[in-house]
Amino acid sequence: MKVLVVDDEQDVKVLFEQRFRKEIKNHEIEFAFAFSGEEALSYLNQHAHEAVLILSDINMPGMSGLELLEQIKQKHYTPPPVVMMITAYGDAENYNTAKRLGADDFLTKPVDFTLLKEKLKTVH
Amino acid sequence: MEKTGLLPKWNRHIAFATGVFISMIVLSVVFKNKQPALVFTWINHALMLALIYLAFTQKDFRAAKPTVYAFLPLISISFIEDVFKLINPSIERNWSNYFDLAELFALIWMGAMLYVNHRQRKQLEKERLKVEEKEKEFRITEKIKAELEIQVKERTAELTKQKEELQHALHELKSTQSQLIQSEKMASLGELTAGIAHEIQNPLNFVNNFSEINTELIDEMQEEIDKGNMDEAKSIANAIKENEQKIIFHGKRADSIVKGMLSHSRSSNGQKEPTDINALADEYLRLAFHGLRAKDKTFNATMKTDFDEKIGKINIIPQDMGRVILNLITNAFYAVTEKKNSLPVTTDHAPKYEPTVSVSTKKINNKVEITIKDNGNGIPQRIMDKIFQPFFTTKPTGQGTGLGLSMSYDIITKAHGGELKVTTKENEGATFIISLPV
Repeated sequence: MKVLVVDDEQDVKVLFEQRFRKEIKNHEIEFAFAFSGEEALSYLNQHAHEAVLILSDINMPGMSGLELLEQIKQKHYTPPPVVMMITAYGDAENYNTAKRLGADDFLTKPVDFTLLKEKLKTVH
Repeated sequence: MEKTGLLPKWNRHIAFATGVFISMIVLSVVFKNKQPALVFTWINHALMLALIYLAFTQKDFRAAKPTVYAFLPLISISFIEDVFKLINPSIERNWSNYFDLAELFALIWMGAMLYVNHRQRKQLEKERLKVEEKEKEFRITEKIKAELEIQVKERTAELTKQKEELQHALHELKSTQSQLIQSEKMASLGELTAGIAHEIQNPLNFVNNFSEINTELIDEMQEEIDKGNMDEAKSIANAIKENEQKIIFHGKRADSIVKGMLSHSRSSNGQKEPTDINALADEYLRLAFHGLRAKDKTFNATMKTDFDEKIGKINIIPQDMGRVILNLITNAFYAVTEKKNSLPVTTDHAPKYEPTVSVSTKKINNKVEITIKDNGNGIPQRIMDKIFQPFFTTKPTGQGTGLGLSMSYDIITKAHGGELKVTTKENEGATFIISLPV
């Protein structure tokens, strides 16, 4: 399974690689990283069939996670990727907007990796 | 020869002498051509001599001197005649004509002298009157002067009171000003709070996550050691070390944000210190962005940075400079949001407006330029000369203090000896350039 993580924080890459070191080692999950919405879109356009799951932060400069979500859902990728949005704790407005735009699931910050791993298993 | 108006010590003697003199004349008339008359006449001569002596020797009789001169020839002739009468009455009789003639001359002399004296006295009197007049004038002047002095004193007191009132008012204004500055700082801090929360949350998440990972990794490393896989254990140890560095990095990041927040709310101590202007600008750009984002969920803008790494550290007052940069960035974000909200919803075909705020630094010779650029609506020409005035704001009431740019201008020009320039094109955006000498 290939997961595209979108976040403007560079160290998110290292964090995910460490958190999922066993899964990566065992080739259960493969990660790709984009540090902005724009970067994520261009990645998706080049590797349309690879990403099964997109994990995106909302709070990003430039194109926000919500705009990215909107674009992904409009473009009708095949197969349609699962999009999980990361919202700040107690951020009802972003949550509702994401839901309206067709987000498949939500995670709240700070990310609970045990929970995330559980969720990834169900996506399988 | 009566002298009046003299000093009192003489009055008694003169009155007595006058009395004796008159009695002697009376007696000499009564005893005319008889032996006692001669005695009385000589007593009178003695009195005369005494008088003349006094007139010539005593200062008190100085004024009588001219009169004595007038009478002196007559007295002398009368005296010489009487001397001849006493020594040889026949000679006196033979020389009688000469004596009469001399007496006539003496009389003329007396008349002339008295006349001259009189005129001199008149002259003196005139002068005395003049002096008196002057004295009178002087007294009047003195009186006016005294009155003026009282007036001046009153006015001075009034002015002193007014000065004190003004000083009090100035003091109140100063304290109001510092309160305003403090509230401006607090207002901008309020805008930052949400940004700060976000900016602290992120590094803290990293600190927590990497710490947890390290705990797991240490367990794994021990397992590998137990199994004897030393190479594997070493590689895990390296990963732990790298994670530790991440923990330190993000811990410091949170630390600097809190420090920045504290220094922002604290009164500046006005001390210049070597500061990384790029880090400062970047920090405030992020704080402002996340602050606005937290307040307005729909807010978004592209942030572009172009930092000149050659600048190094420059001597600035970090809190104050941070305030200026924050202010200009907040304004820029406000401008692009305004423009975005004023535009109709874009369709896929129309060119999309991308709100963009760029912050760049550049070292040019002995100057450092910090440029904050936005692609908002720009500043209308008619308000260009007002934007740096205190309390001028285009924001709705309650949303802006109108002190941001005026404070920024003061901080740049007065505290740092730099320049704050603005260029703008309507509908295309505004560019603020801070120019600092280094």
